[in-house]
Amino acid sequence: MKREALTIAFAMAVAVLAGSLLIWFTGKSPLEVYGLLLEKTWGSSYGIGQVLFKTTPLILTGLAVSVAFKVGLFNIGAEGQLAAGSFVTALCGAALPASLPGPIAVALCVLAGMLAGAGLAGLAGVLKTRYGAHEVINTIMLNFIVSAMLLWAGNAHFFVKYTTHTQTVSDNATLRDLGIKGSAANTSLLLAIGLAVAVAYFFSRTRRGFEWRAVGLNPRAAQNGGVLAGVVIGAMAVSGALAGAVGANSVLGYKHYYEQGIGSGAGFMGIAVALLGRNHPAGIVVAALLMGTLSHGGLGVAELVPKELVQILQAVIILTVAGTAAYRGRAVKKGKSAVPMKPLPDTGAQSSAAEREHG
Amino acid sequence: MAEFLVSLLSLTFLSQVLRITMPFALAAMGGVVSERSGVINIALEGILLMSAFGAAVGAYDSDGSMFVALLYGIGAGVATAALYALAVVTFQADQIVSGVAINMLAYGVTPFLLKTFYNSSSNSPKFQGFGGKLFSNPVFWLALALVFIVHVVVTRTRWGLRVRAVGDNPNAAHTLGVSVNAIRWQAVLTSGALAGLGGCWLVLSGSSFGAEMSAGRGYIALAAVIMGSWRPVWACAASLLFGFAEAVVNNLQTYAIGIPNEITQTFQYVLTMVILAGFIGRSRAPADLGKPFSAN
Repeated sequence: MKREALTIAFAMAVAVLAGSLLIWFTGKSPLEVYGLLLEKTWGSSYGIGQVLFKTTPLILTGLAVSVAFKVGLFNIGAEGQLAAGSFVTALCGAALPASLPGPIAVALCVLAGMLAGAGLAGLAGVLKTRYGAHEVINTIMLNFIVSAMLLWAGNAHFFVKYTTHTQTVSDNATLRDLGIKGSAANTSLLLAIGLAVAVAYFFSRTRRGFEWRAVGLNPRAAQNGGVLAGVVIGAMAVSGALAGAVGANSVLGYKHYYEQGIGSGAGFMGIAVALLGRNHPAGIVVAALLMGTLSHGGLGVAELVPKELVQILQAVIILTVAGTAAYRGRAVKKGKSAVPMKPLPDTGAQSSAAEREHG
Repeated sequence: MAEFLVSLLSLTFLSQVLRITMPFALAAMGGVVSERSGVINIALEGILLMSAFGAAVGAYDSDGSMFVALLYGIGAGVATAALYALAVVTFQADQIVSGVAINMLAYGVTPFLLKTFYNSSSNSPKFQGFGGKLFSNPVFWLALALVFIVHVVVTRTRWGLRVRAVGDNPNAAHTLGVSVNAIRWQAVLTSGALAGLGGCWLVLSGSSFGAEMSAGRGYIALAAVIMGSWRPVWACAASLLFGFAEAVVNNLQTYAIGIPNEITQTFQYVLTMVILAGFIGRSRAPADLGKPFSAN
């Protein structure tokens, strides 16, 4: 626990330092930029509301990445999964009859989005178990494919004429805002926290959750037990479903339609959230709040430094967490990985292909 | 349709294929060198993007001196690879996670610098690129020579043997007195130089740098490495297939034969997935790929 806290503190320190260097490089004062960043986020209730709005999708994508991590997989396709999920959520919301009671309409829309995300990520899971194709390359390829296909589907069929957004969802399928000074924060934050609790419960209290964790810790044993393929596909699907739920925030809670590029960036940032949250749901909620602050704060300081500063900082955080955890882990206990990730046997393709040759 | 098919048989099309293949092939050779030493190189994507940006800055600063452009570009590629090597070889961070982080870094640093240097979020100012005919471009012949040089270095030299040794059995190599991590550092830096040249090619065949212009090519190059079974010449042959696919897509869009552009754009990504699924079990990876090494 203490070691985890140190790793996180160190990563934050390195990020702040790297950020200062970059800000200094552009000829601005780091103190001024960081001061403005805090003021624009936690300095007003509107700022706080916007931070919470940005935090919501990060909780979901952070959970998505972490569920995959737990079983030794790396889902970097949350970006495409959340886009597909948001698109389907918006279409579902526009298609539902206006007479449907609100909670049912919302539940249906969110479930539809989660299914879309699950399908996409599940496909990468199947390609991994069936053919041994690495999920990192496949989920990235799917990001590109989804983004182009959504643009095509939208232009050809679903976008309102002369725009790049779909029709507005019916009123009963919208989520109310949290009433924070005109900010976009909405009740989907509660959904995200609820899902974090559910994921925590699943991994710590259920038999299947135990089985999934066992796969992550010892894939070879899981394979001998004959559960590996099912767990890989299942975990990818759950991971994709969590990312697919992002539409609840951006579509149902805010825009009320899907537009090209909505919610983008949260998928990749989910990787930093999962690593910084040390793969634990409670940690992920806190890390999401932190990255949400950076994400909204980055917009707030855009007049001083390019907003891509945030993207750079998140990459620095990931590198530092991965590096220090491995380094410290090696010093303390040999063989402990930064991420609870081990190559999967047989489906782990690259290493296993060699093993098959040798064996 | 007929016009489109005829266009595929021309010499122009052949040179178009070769031109497009170049970044894939150079990145894939970089991938082979790095991965034969046991280091997975997901960071190829980031190296391509950073070196493309570096070359653009060099070309712009020097009013179109190709030497300066290549120097800046390859320098940026090697520097990015050095950061990656520091993370995964020295600090033994997870290679896939770190590789993805390097790519995210490149996707953040390039637009950040675009804005800082040129006050634009999408493009660098125009510069003088290669221009002229492909076959009269010395860099093309250099790249072609590199295919054979890399092949010979990896399979026939002492250094190549060491690279393969630390990738297949680092413990044995260590016992024989080879410094595993030093060889891996060298291999990753070489990989950065090769992919860096690929990034230079990418940007210098046009006349300006565009944000995110690597567009997944680094990942596709990794698929070519796997398809080529971690052998330099075969990885280049596999790259040729991806180059061919992209050239066909470009021509499809030019001759507008009724398939929407958004769909044809996905073609090479779908092809990558299909090829990965088809080839991965059949090719032999270095035995110690992806595992950090520490002596004790």
